[in-house]
Amino acid sequence: MNGFQVVWENRDVFLWGAGNTVSLVLGCLLLSLPLGVLAAVVLTEAAAPLRRLLAELVDLLRCVPFLLLAYVVYYGLPELGLRLDSWWAGLVSLTVYTTAYLAEIFRSAFRAVAKDNIEAAQAFGLSRSLLYRRIILPQVAITAAPMIGNQIITTIRDSALLMIITVQELTFAANFVSANHFTPFAPFAAAVGLYLLLSFLVEAGVRRMERVRMVRYG
Amino acid sequence: MTWPAIRTILDGAVVTAALAAVSILLSLPLGLLIALLRWRRVPVVAGLLATVVSVVRATPFVTLVLFVYFILPSAGLELDPVPAAILALTLNTAAFSSEIWRSALQSFPRDQREAALAFGLSEAGTFTRIVFPQIWRANLGPLVSEVTILLKCTPAVAVIGVVEITRAASRVGAETYEPLPPFLVATLIYTALIAAIVRGQRVLERRIARRFGAVSP
Repeated sequence: MNGFQVVWENRDVFLWGAGNTVSLVLGCLLLSLPLGVLAAVVLTEAAAPLRRLLAELVDLLRCVPFLLLAYVVYYGLPELGLRLDSWWAGLVSLTVYTTAYLAEIFRSAFRAVAKDNIEAAQAFGLSRSLLYRRIILPQVAITAAPMIGNQIITTIRDSALLMIITVQELTFAANFVSANHFTPFAPFAAAVGLYLLLSFLVEAGVRRMERVRMVRYG
Repeated sequence: MTWPAIRTILDGAVVTAALAAVSILLSLPLGLLIALLRWRRVPVVAGLLATVVSVVRATPFVTLVLFVYFILPSAGLELDPVPAAILALTLNTAAFSSEIWRSALQSFPRDQREAALAFGLSEAGTFTRIVFPQIWRANLGPLVSEVTILLKCTPAVAVIGVVEITRAASRVGAETYEPLPPFLVATLIYTALIAAIVRGQRVLERRIARRFGAVSP
């Protein structure tokens, strides 16, 4: 009768869903942050043919609706002999998609690093890889933090679409409970509350990076 | 698919394109304004905006659309479906783009601003002549990414009865009992719309590189 009571009784379903959402997003970040950095380095450093090829790939991924990509990975790849279960298919599509957006973010953040820093590093004889590791990436981690936070929140939102390919994440859990107990409102309100909580965690991380920036650069 | 069916979807495409265009024109400047107010740490306003940005970004877009259309009237703001859709899209993209503008403002070299002020430029002059021309060029990529996300959000406004591409396609599917062809056409149109914008970004980037030199490290 009482919707929120139903939610409480089904809390294990919600926790399972939330756990899947968190594991998908964390797995995606663990893979796509390094891949995004790598792609951005190739986009700024590599010779024209490779750079242009990667730019086309990034553009293609930005053009494709995420749902379509998930469909293709989950229902299309088995035709080529690669069968992934739904969680892995979700992780692969989420990672590929997020990497494209992150690459674009990192590329523009690289360009915002002051030129004199780079020239000074080169004058001191730093190698290309040391230049990125010691000079560019630490600054980018701080200055691009709000944009990266944006993208993480977008990834959390996109992960909800994975319920269409039967991943049992948070929205799937809410839908499951509301369909089984005929209570449309409360399960979704609970899901929104949990999504809010996740975004606030991301924002707390962004604020922490901002504090680091203020201490270092005023 | 018959010609009238394709016409129905194309009419939806016009609605989607118009919704997206208006929302882009409203939301990117609004995002910049939010970022500026937060960057200057205007008391009270900055904190309030930070909260609004947090909540809007954390809310799933469909929920935001339903909120604007069904909850705001009880607060005295009654909107037709199309203005409500534009308001929801604008709020969403303004919140996300404000973070992009904010990170751009934060990473802007301080010495340039100080030099401009030392030369007697006003605060406003410094912003319009020195800061803004550089930050929009440097952040074209992420801003265009946000615009592609905006276009991918538009199907959600179908829930309040705006007949855009997706709703038109599902109507056609319901009439012909063949849902796949109209949805394929819809996907093609979305991809074409977004591809046009992404192409525009690349062309603009090439022009910028030609005029100001390649700005890579």
